[in-house]
Amino acid sequence: MLDAIKFYQTGSNTVGNRLLNPSMRAVQASADRPNTLISGHRACQGCGEALGARYAIDAAMRATGGQLMIANATGCLEVFSSPYPESAWRLPWIHSLFGNTAAVGSGLAVAARVRAKKAGNTNVPRVIAQGGDGGTTDIGFGPLSGMFERNDDVLYICYDNQAYMNTGVQRSSATPPAARTATTQLVGAEPGNDWGKGKNVPLIAMAHGIPYVATASVADLKDLEYKVEKAMSFHGARYIQILVPCPLGWGSASGNTVTIARLACETGFYPIFEAEYGRITSVRKIRQQQPVLNFLKLQRRYAHLTGKKADPKVLARIQAMCDDNIKSFDLLGDEIPETTPVAVQAHERSHEI
Amino acid sequence: MLQIRLHGRGGQGVVTAAEMLSLSAFLEGHFAQAFPSFGSERTGAPVVAYARIDDKEIRTHEPILQPNAVVVQDKTLLGAVDVFSGIDPQGYAIINSADPAEAVVPELCRQLPAGHVLTVPATDFAMQKIGRPLPGAPMLAALAAATGVFTLESVQKSFQTRYPGKVGDANAETAALAYEYIINLKNGGNNA
Amino acid sequence: MLKQIEGSLGIAEAVALCRPGAVCAYPISPQTHIVENLGKMVKTGQLQDCEFVNVESEFSAISVSIGASAGGVRAYTATASQGLLFMTEGVYNASGLGLPIVMTVASRAIGAPINIWNDHSDSLSQRDSGWLQLFCESNQDAVDTHIMAFKIAEEVGLPVMVCMDGFVLTHAFERLDIPSQEQIDQFLPPYEPREFLDPKEPISMGAMVGPEAFTELRILQQRKMHKAIPVIERVTREYRELTGHHSGGLLDCYNCDDADMKLIIMGSSVGTAKDAVDELRAQGIKAGIISLKAFRPFPYDAVREAVGSTKNVVVVERSFSYGARGIVYPEVVRAMRGTDAAIHTAVVGLGGRAVLGSTIKDIVKYCLDGRFTDEMTWFDVDTSLLNSYLKDTEGTSVPEGPLPESALLDTLQHVRA
Repeated sequence: MLDAIKFYQTGSNTVGNRLLNPSMRAVQASADRPNTLISGHRACQGCGEALGARYAIDAAMRATGGQLMIANATGCLEVFSSPYPESAWRLPWIHSLFGNTAAVGSGLAVAARVRAKKAGNTNVPRVIAQGGDGGTTDIGFGPLSGMFERNDDVLYICYDNQAYMNTGVQRSSATPPAARTATTQLVGAEPGNDWGKGKNVPLIAMAHGIPYVATASVADLKDLEYKVEKAMSFHGARYIQILVPCPLGWGSASGNTVTIARLACETGFYPIFEAEYGRITSVRKIRQQQPVLNFLKLQRRYAHLTGKKADPKVLARIQAMCDDNIKSFDLLGDEIPETTPVAVQAHERSHEI
Repeated sequence: MLQIRLHGRGGQGVVTAAEMLSLSAFLEGHFAQAFPSFGSERTGAPVVAYARIDDKEIRTHEPILQPNAVVVQDKTLLGAVDVFSGIDPQGYAIINSADPAEAVVPELCRQLPAGHVLTVPATDFAMQKIGRPLPGAPMLAALAAATGVFTLESVQKSFQTRYPGKVGDANAETAALAYEYIINLKNGGNNA
Repeated sequence: MLKQIEGSLGIAEAVALCRPGAVCAYPISPQTHIVENLGKMVKTGQLQDCEFVNVESEFSAISVSIGASAGGVRAYTATASQGLLFMTEGVYNASGLGLPIVMTVASRAIGAPINIWNDHSDSLSQRDSGWLQLFCESNQDAVDTHIMAFKIAEEVGLPVMVCMDGFVLTHAFERLDIPSQEQIDQFLPPYEPREFLDPKEPISMGAMVGPEAFTELRILQQRKMHKAIPVIERVTREYRELTGHHSGGLLDCYNCDDADMKLIIMGSSVGTAKDAVDELRAQGIKAGIISLKAFRPFPYDAVREAVGSTKNVVVVERSFSYGARGIVYPEVVRAMRGTDAAIHTAVVGLGGRAVLGSTIKDIVKYCLDGRFTDEMTWFDVDTSLLNSYLKDTEGTSVPEGPLPESALLDTLQHVRA
């Protein structure tokens, strides 16, 4: 069932950390790591979001010398980390609403600047606003775009698990086609999520011309840490979208979270790249290309594509989507795309069925 | 309490004129109030603004239904809007026109006391000095000349306060022309 | 300093005197002039150590305010009508988080049908939002109430909505006495938040609370509201002593001592009503006015005292609750429980219909003639307009004059088959 991918471990960042120069080691490898999101919270086993958040925020803590505040959208991350009277956050943290997190972040940044100025302090605390894909690409999209447009000094991190997990796995505009959610059931002529829908927020963020945009995944935590630190080296609006598999919502084994995230990258399903001021500056190349089936078959949200009754045409269509990504982001080549890739949704919409 | 209603069209500075009227009265130590008719009127649409002058605090916020004076900044409103509705029988009417009042509003001239209905070519004066059809300052100056409730100097100062520099000065000069024009009329001149 | 300025500019100057750290703006009539002026003050440097944020919606206006307040600076925003509804989720959130934000509501009707003019349906729709709601009867009152609002909000630990009638006050050009910066610095100390997000002492705000503690937190929020009543009274006293302005307070009485009936009114109609009852008094008709300033928290004791032994009370309301009655009315009934005062509601001035002196006189006379039959009666109704619909479509009609709820109910009994 599961393809052997052990060979990836050889020389990878995951196990190779101890072989690296200490300055290059992951934040989490350090004994004095900040542990900003401390253990004891109530995330599910194998939660990609908790993993991503821990690495991202610790990296930001290191980058800012602990001068960091967080605005957190309603969602799993908020709920599992802050059940009264406990909090897993060891930094200033606020949860306001589902859809306003970018704006709350803007307000925090204003307050930090004004307070520092009044106190004659040049060390201004930095701000991260964070939420899931629903809080980012759907209900919080207006405030997010406003924060980008004003170039407010906020890093927005979207933990993308491709559906509304906190409410019980409903479709968001980040849900990929054919995926099962509670509102895109595996019934009817076209089971799962509709084709030709959804939006590509990293590309939209780039279109705002903001200083820094990146995608990342929990399969490459060193890359994630690097991108967060890089983001904190800029002032102005920044956006990082991290693919964080959700065992509950995706119907995957808790132990497969990192594997699935890696396959999402190695299949071209989820391009990993960086952009500065609207231009792509780096692309994480596929090391060994995998067929998308390998990614899909570990998740029950795609059960209809892998069983005996599977429709090969749908599988081919998802593969075509990955191939489009590989082409437009040059995921297999040596180049960095000179022009902004077109959102994969456009390929889906323009393809003949 | 003196209650004044100003009629004009969107873009002619009617609301500003009402505000400057209240500022003129304020500068002379009166209590004054000005407010627009709160529409969402676009340029060219009929617009109404109101002003009150009193020597004690003005508490009311109702629109002016029985004005002691009506200022008509745009003659074309005469056939379109009942601009003189509710006017006090002893009240004043100032109309922006180069034609004599008798020719413009003969009926009103019979209705109100002699010398209470006056025309002034405010737009012509504005074009001479400001270069734009903004009749607010000359209309207020004409009202000041007609009623004597406030002075030309206050009208001039109010516009110069709102628009420091050339624009305010041009408004002040325009106001002076209109003021002299009405004083001359009152003194029996024909402003030929 | 005496100035002849627009109400909105007066509010902007008052807010600037309070030295906010963040002002968030999204345009909606009739609030626009307030934030435009504040933006200019920030840009010219007249208002220092403050950022003016042009946001993309009212939802973000309140949200940036929430962030700024949680981050430890004085935060101010202004809105009206649809904008207030659009930010409603954040309005409730701000009070739940206990953030002392001050917000102007330039009161305006809510659509559909869309209407930009003044009534109280927007602010009163937020009755249960957990904000203090202070109403202003004049622009001077509004200037002063905004300054007091910051102090009250910060002492109580709740946000304050300052409700001033849109256009009627915001766009009126009047004589205002603007306090000096020295006076206000003396009155309102530099902002020292009790709790805020600070990397030196990290706290978590807005955590999830389940059934085990939610009730208790709500009770504590109610306790803050009770605490607000004496705070409003004390802050008003301090402010009046400092400036000599007779503004603010829980309520204010006019001609009440020997009145045969009393009107309870909120907002700019109070001034119009004062002139009207003076004229009535000259005719021997004695009507008093209770200008209700604080709607939330509702000053039950003060209202009971102000009504006193008066038998006839009319609450003049500029909105009502569909399928029920007036919105202020039930509070007055509660305040007067156990007395024999007859309390009625007159609904006037919806969607900008002018509240005239004659409107007030009609209500007083209607009351003293013993003609109030229902809890709620609409005044200044265009009966012909109403009947042109009722007659054509349903073959029924209402009588001329003030329209009691019973007359409306009658039309349902006489619908054409």
